[in-house]
Amino acid sequence: MINHLYFVALRTIWIKECTRFLRIWVQTLVPPAITMSLYFVIFGSLIGSRIGEMGGFSYMEFIVPGLIMMSIITNSYANVSSSFFSAKFQRNVEELLVAPVPTWVVIMGFVGGGVARALLIGIIVTTVAMLFVDISIHNLGVIVLTLVLTATLFATAGLINAIYAKTFDDISVIPTFVLTPLTYLGGVFYSLSLLPDFWQWVSKANPVVYMVNGFRYGFLGVSDVNVAISVGLLVGFNVLLFIVAYVLLQRGVGIRS
Amino acid sequence: MFALDIQGLTKTYKGGVQALRGIDLQVQQGDFFALLGPNGAGKSTTIGIISSLVNKSSGSVKVFDYSIDDQLTLAKSCIGLVPQEFNFNQFETLTQIMLNQAGYYGVPRGVARERAETYLKQLDLWEKRNSPARELSGGMKRRLMIARALMHQPKMLILDEPTAGVDIEIRRSMWRFLEEINQQGITIILTTHYLEEAESLCRNIAIIDKGQIVENTSMKALLSKLNVETFVLDIEPVQQPPELPNYTTRLVDDHTLEVDVHKSEGLSPVFSQLTEQGVQVMSMRNKANRLEELFVRLVEEGRANAAVGA
Repeated sequence: MINHLYFVALRTIWIKECTRFLRIWVQTLVPPAITMSLYFVIFGSLIGSRIGEMGGFSYMEFIVPGLIMMSIITNSYANVSSSFFSAKFQRNVEELLVAPVPTWVVIMGFVGGGVARALLIGIIVTTVAMLFVDISIHNLGVIVLTLVLTATLFATAGLINAIYAKTFDDISVIPTFVLTPLTYLGGVFYSLSLLPDFWQWVSKANPVVYMVNGFRYGFLGVSDVNVAISVGLLVGFNVLLFIVAYVLLQRGVGIRS
Repeated sequence: MFALDIQGLTKTYKGGVQALRGIDLQVQQGDFFALLGPNGAGKSTTIGIISSLVNKSSGSVKVFDYSIDDQLTLAKSCIGLVPQEFNFNQFETLTQIMLNQAGYYGVPRGVARERAETYLKQLDLWEKRNSPARELSGGMKRRLMIARALMHQPKMLILDEPTAGVDIEIRRSMWRFLEEINQQGITIILTTHYLEEAESLCRNIAIIDKGQIVENTSMKALLSKLNVETFVLDIEPVQQPPELPNYTTRLVDDHTLEVDVHKSEGLSPVFSQLTEQGVQVMSMRNKANRLEELFVRLVEEGRANAAVGA
C-alpha cells in the first residue's frame, strides 16, 4: 500500500518535471538542436573535412557521439538545477516537504525529469546529426547504459548544486566554470592519443573522458579508455552523488530552517 | 487522543535567535483553535515545526498520536497546511496544482480529479481551473491555498493568516467554508491578525508571545476576563466634558466622548446622566474588538511579568 502511494508520488513529481520542460520547449529543446547543428556544420563539415581521420573515422563521425553526450550532460544538469532552485525560490518545494514523500522519491522524481529531458535532447541531437552523417551503432546496450547513467549522474549533480544555491547566479557558476571546461577537455573533439603522455594521464582524471569514450564505443567500437572502467566509474559516481543528495535533503540543507 | 500535542517545544535558529522557549500546547480533535500572537512571537515557527518545514531544537510534537520524530509519514498525512506566503508554482494551472498536491499524498489521479472539481467549485475557483495561478487575484490565491490543502482530506487543517489582504466579503465566505469543514470533523488551527476572525470562529485559543504561551483557554473563558469595555459615543458638540461621576471619561473632541464601562455597571446610567445634562448621543460603538483589548492586555502583562522576573 505504502509502495503504491510512493509510486503515485514519484509519478506525480516526474510528470510535473516533464510538463515543466515541455511547457518551455523553446528554452529547453530548441537551443540544443540549434547549437548542435552549428557544431556539425562548423566543426564537422567545414573544419572537419580538412582535419581528416580521427581514431580511424571521419572527423564528423568521431565527434557525433561526443556532441550528443555534451548535450546530455548540460541539459540533465541544467534541468534539475533550475527546476529545483525555482521550486526553492518560489517556495513550492514546501509542497513536497510537508507531504509524506520520502527523500529518495523526491530525488528520483527530479532526477527522472532531468533524465527524460536529456534523453529527448539526445534523440533530437541524434536526428540532427543524421542529416550530416550516417550513424552506425556498434553496441546499443553500451549506448543506452552510458547515456542513462551519465544523464542520471549530472541530473543528481544539478540537484546538489540547487540544494546549496542561494541565488540564480549560484546555479550558473558550476556549469560555466566546471562543467564546460571538463566537457570540452573530455575528448569530445579529439582523441586522447593526440595528446602528449603527461596530458593523456591528466585527462584521465577527468570523469567526462570516460563518459564520452564509453558512449563513443557504443557507436564506433573505439575508445581511449576501457569501457568497463567507464561504466564502473559511472555507477560509482552515481551511488556517491545519490548518497550526498539524500543526506543533504534529509538534513534539510538549504530547504529547512 | 489530541489532534495536536506539543510538549516542551523549543527552537533556536542558527543566528542564536530563540524563537520558542518551551511550548506546551494541546488541541482537541474537532476543535477550531486560534493561535494568536504579535509578529515574531513564534506562531509561524510552531506551525513550521508541526508541518516539517522547520527543524525543532527540542521537545515533542504528536499529531493524532503520531510523533513527528518516529512516525513522520503518518503525522504528515493528517495535516493540511495553508501557509502565510503563496507557495504554489505560479506558472501551473489550478488543476495542475491540485492534482500534483494529491499525487504527493498518493491519491490516485481519478479520485484527485473528482476532489479537485469539488473543492474548486466550493471555493468559487472552478471557472479558473485552466488558468495559470499567477493570473488569479489575491483573494483567489488565498482560496486556492485552502483548496489545495484539502486535496488529501486531512484530519487537521492549519491556516497561517489565511485571510490576510482579502476583502471582507471574500473573508466572510471563507469563514463560512471553514466553519462547514470544521462541522464535518476537521480540526482547524488558525493564526490571524484579524481578532474578530478568531473571536467569531474559534472555540479555544492560545496566545503566544516571545516564544512562550501566555494564555491557553477557551474563547468564552478568555472573553469573560474582560471586565472593562470602552465605548465611543458620537454626541452633539459640547464645550465642556459631561460629568459622569462613576465612570472614566475622555472627551476626544467636542463631539466624541469615550467612556470606560465596567461589566457590572451597564450602560443605562450613562445614557440617563447624559440626557440629564442635555447631551444628545447620536451613535455608539465599541472602541476595539473585545478580543483585541484582551490580547493587548495579556501580551503587555506577559512582558511586564517577564521584565520583573528578569
